[in-house]
Amino acid sequence: MKIADDLPSALTALDRPNSYIGRSVPRPNLARLMQGRGQYVSDLALARMAHVAFARSPHAHARIKKIDAAAAKKTPGVIAVVTGPELAKVITPWVGVLSHLKGIKSAPQHAIAIDRACWQGEAVCAVVAKSRAEAEDAIDLLDIDYEELPVVTDAETALDAKTLVIHPELGDNLTFERKHEAGEVDKAFKEADAVVEATFVFGRHTGVTNEPRAIVAYWNEGEQRLTVYQGTQAPHMMQNLFAKHLSLAEHQVRVVTKDVGGSFGIKVHTYADEMATVALSKLLKRPVKFVADRLESFITDIHARDHRVKAKIGVKKDGTITAFEIDDLTGIGPYSVYPRTSGIEANQVVNLVGGPYKCPNYRALARVVFQNKNVMCQYRAVGHPIATAVTEGLVELAAAKIGIDPLEMRRKNLIPDDGYPCAGASGIKFEKLSHHAALEKLVKMMGYEKLRAEQAELRKKKIYRGLGFASFIEVTNPSAAFYGVGGAKISAQDGATLRLDAQGALIVHSGVTEQGQGTEAVLAQVAASAFGIAIERVRVVTGDTDNTPYGGGTWASRAAGIGGEAAWQAGKALRQNVLAVAASILQSEPKALDIRNGLVVDADTGRERITLDEVARVAYFRPDTLPPGFQAELVATRHYVPRAWPFAFTNGIQASYLEVDIDTGFVKLLRHWCVEDCGTVINPQLVDEQIRGGIVQGIGAALYEHCIYDERGQLLNGNMADYLVPMAGEMPDMEIGHVVSPTADSELGAKGAGEAGTAGAPAVVMNAINDALRPLGAKIITEMPATPGVVLKALGRV
Amino acid sequence: MKPRSFDYVRVKSLAEAVIALARHGTEAKIIAGGQSLVPLLNMRMASPAILVDINALAELRGISLEGGSLRIGALVRQAEAEGSVEIAKHAPLIAKALPYIGHFAIRNRGTIGGSIALADPAAELPACLLALGGEVEIEGAKGARTVKADDFFKDLYETALGPGDVLIAIRIPVPSKDMRFGFSELARRHGDFAMAGLAACRDGKSARLAFFGVGSTPLRAKKAEAALAKGSLEEAVAVLDHDLDPPDDIHSSGKVKLHLAKTLLRRIAPELAA
Repeated sequence: MKIADDLPSALTALDRPNSYIGRSVPRPNLARLMQGRGQYVSDLALARMAHVAFARSPHAHARIKKIDAAAAKKTPGVIAVVTGPELAKVITPWVGVLSHLKGIKSAPQHAIAIDRACWQGEAVCAVVAKSRAEAEDAIDLLDIDYEELPVVTDAETALDAKTLVIHPELGDNLTFERKHEAGEVDKAFKEADAVVEATFVFGRHTGVTNEPRAIVAYWNEGEQRLTVYQGTQAPHMMQNLFAKHLSLAEHQVRVVTKDVGGSFGIKVHTYADEMATVALSKLLKRPVKFVADRLESFITDIHARDHRVKAKIGVKKDGTITAFEIDDLTGIGPYSVYPRTSGIEANQVVNLVGGPYKCPNYRALARVVFQNKNVMCQYRAVGHPIATAVTEGLVELAAAKIGIDPLEMRRKNLIPDDGYPCAGASGIKFEKLSHHAALEKLVKMMGYEKLRAEQAELRKKKIYRGLGFASFIEVTNPSAAFYGVGGAKISAQDGATLRLDAQGALIVHSGVTEQGQGTEAVLAQVAASAFGIAIERVRVVTGDTDNTPYGGGTWASRAAGIGGEAAWQAGKALRQNVLAVAASILQSEPKALDIRNGLVVDADTGRERITLDEVARVAYFRPDTLPPGFQAELVATRHYVPRAWPFAFTNGIQASYLEVDIDTGFVKLLRHWCVEDCGTVINPQLVDEQIRGGIVQGIGAALYEHCIYDERGQLLNGNMADYLVPMAGEMPDMEIGHVVSPTADSELGAKGAGEAGTAGAPAVVMNAINDALRPLGAKIITEMPATPGVVLKALGRV
Repeated sequence: MKPRSFDYVRVKSLAEAVIALARHGTEAKIIAGGQSLVPLLNMRMASPAILVDINALAELRGISLEGGSLRIGALVRQAEAEGSVEIAKHAPLIAKALPYIGHFAIRNRGTIGGSIALADPAAELPACLLALGGEVEIEGAKGARTVKADDFFKDLYETALGPGDVLIAIRIPVPSKDMRFGFSELARRHGDFAMAGLAACRDGKSARLAFFGVGSTPLRAKKAEAALAKGSLEEAVAVLDHDLDPPDDIHSSGKVKLHLAKTLLRRIAPELAA
């Protein structure tokens, strides 16, 4: 293990001459995006393109008795009005289940509701028109007769015998249940000197992407081929799903993904309105565009969290944790989302609670229930913020109860840095983590003792500041264990094809995708380093199922670790191919040569022998001058999938320093720290900014973001004025540090970093608020978001 | 999120505006900065048949001192007001309030008159006008009239403005040397509408307290004003129970809002002391 910015790195295979690994290289797509020259689907226009808008159910649960479209059809510009039963002739329904989530069940979901709407916002009728405005005008004139049905909104009572069953054919409202028991839990609680119990409540929120979901589908009747321009994280997954549900072969479907204005897990799912758009294109034989507007984003983009976790920790007087126990309940809307299911988040909570600690005794129950609200599914850091807040909330409550410093408590219980490989109490396997090194580095970075002294001093002046911590683990680089084994056609492997062009530049085609986080920069760095060329001569192509190797895309913090390794291996392979040509021209041996900084050189002396454009010129235009029987291969493809470990777990620790205004309940965030270990850091700036962005989204959950529903299943704040996304003005300065424990599963050694910030931030803010209020005898706050009202109530002020 | 279609007229004189409004009655809406109206149009929560654009009306611009009062034209942008020396000098309460309105981009377009005319109960400027005892100049089909702030705000988004009326300007009495001002609001994020806010001024013993975000309109807390006149802050805070009865909203209960209103009064009180 090495601490990145403290020690010079040891020379490894990554430290080739002109290596870009570990350097903050600017992204190649930056200038284009900053100049407003991005190519977002929202801006795309094709000839004969029509626009679709959807009539959406205003009720959380209602039977659709009649849709009278006569007036709408006569509206200027209208091309077609299409109902659910009409569209069902073109596209088949889907069921969001996976075979490795035992017992998970859901009902068939259609692109447009057939006879019943199950949440406020479900599409019930499509209007295709020459413009979006005309489509909306026609929707105004649709006469839809609804019969309101009773609703299931409270997850807590969804399983009661007297509660309506949303899908009667399923028997009950239970989507999925998981029980886990490890060690001797009852005995461990009995042996504990103190047991702390708390109920944690996580508000439902959503990932507000800068660019809403956008899709243009074009069925070309002449080619019998569908081209879909879509802002998605997983083009090949979508290719499979479009083909499957439109009864096409996959080669008849091309998915093109250019620039995507943010995803955060929102754009990796099947959305009924996007499936409907594709089906409408097939039906109408012309390009059809759908861009979710901000109002429909709030009621249709997947929501996340909304967990209630009753949790318990046992602890000895000396701080040793004896056991963890959780009972998690989450409501996921009326359908399990396809194809990744809505059971994964609760499953992750079970996997991750207690994850950083040695404690072997663990009991968990997770139940996932249906309800008449918008669907819930995987959003950035799936399950992590919940598991981390529960675990770290319990750890700090227990530390306070037995009177031990919260960091001391962690030092005592975190898995030792020399204790790997090992498994956690939930059964998850760790290759190599660095909890203790990360903690000590954090303590140093933040000046812990000084801050504690300042906190004590300020309390005398009735200024209440708090420090909160959270050690955490993060699931990254998933193997087929995540989805593939459950039957979903979501690729765990990824590929890269590298080609030397005719002037000696490097063209990289990769199966992973870019949504603004810098994937293409990382691929360019890795390919340039492995091959031996200046990054300015590397061009990266992603997001096109016709032109990139088959791959999973970008989600679950996999792009750098998996897509990057494929590019690394392909770069090495292409170097060998090019050196074979060069050696042939120079009448030398490939192993006596190397490629450095875009030149073929003597491996020993570094003396220039031939330029890459000269190699390319000979190979492409004068192959006749090469020896008989020698064929130049200036393309190389390599694939990679993690095999040794189901997931490359990473770890880290965060801290928050904040001030609570005890008269208003307002929380002012002062500073935030994160020390994270994602293995090899390819681009420090991109990693740091990923972590900062993730922290901001975690702070959103802790203090601001909340999809507020009433008891009738109506979303009350589905707009940008009433749904509070975190804004720059309220964010603290964030200091990021690294510990580097590369994974031995790949040569690059990179693990994922995209979700670490979101995983830990809610926990540290919650813990810091409780730390601030502790001398005031306030009630413990275990509810998110911690609004001024929540804080004032804990203080007994209202 | 596309508005229903509407007609549009950009009027060149106040008279033309009044005629256009009279012709279309409740079917017409005035557009100036558009910072509230345009979102309402896009969400199809408002669908006027015609928009009357008053941005070309020179007589609605400008900030001037006229006979003991400061006159601020309805079309003065909030950003322009923020940089105004006259407002800083003669209406420091408004100067204090302006940075709380939305964000720079909003204040660049949003107008003083638009904010008063819309009368959002959680907005800053209506409360300032009320606290300062200002007046509103209105031009309508029946000619010009002036309405005192105390009589202007009627109910939720309801003011003394009728369908044919144009808000021309607001007038603020130039304060005495001894006048003290206090302004504060509590919003979850900077630029949001306030959970609770207070615009206040005090001249000698007499205080005017205008709370916002705690009712259907900006509200004078007259019992608390009387208590302050007697010199008792604690009593003023206590009687807010009777002055205010904030309704619950999605972000907080009425109880929380009342607590915040009391906290604001306590915090602002030192600024009001001579």
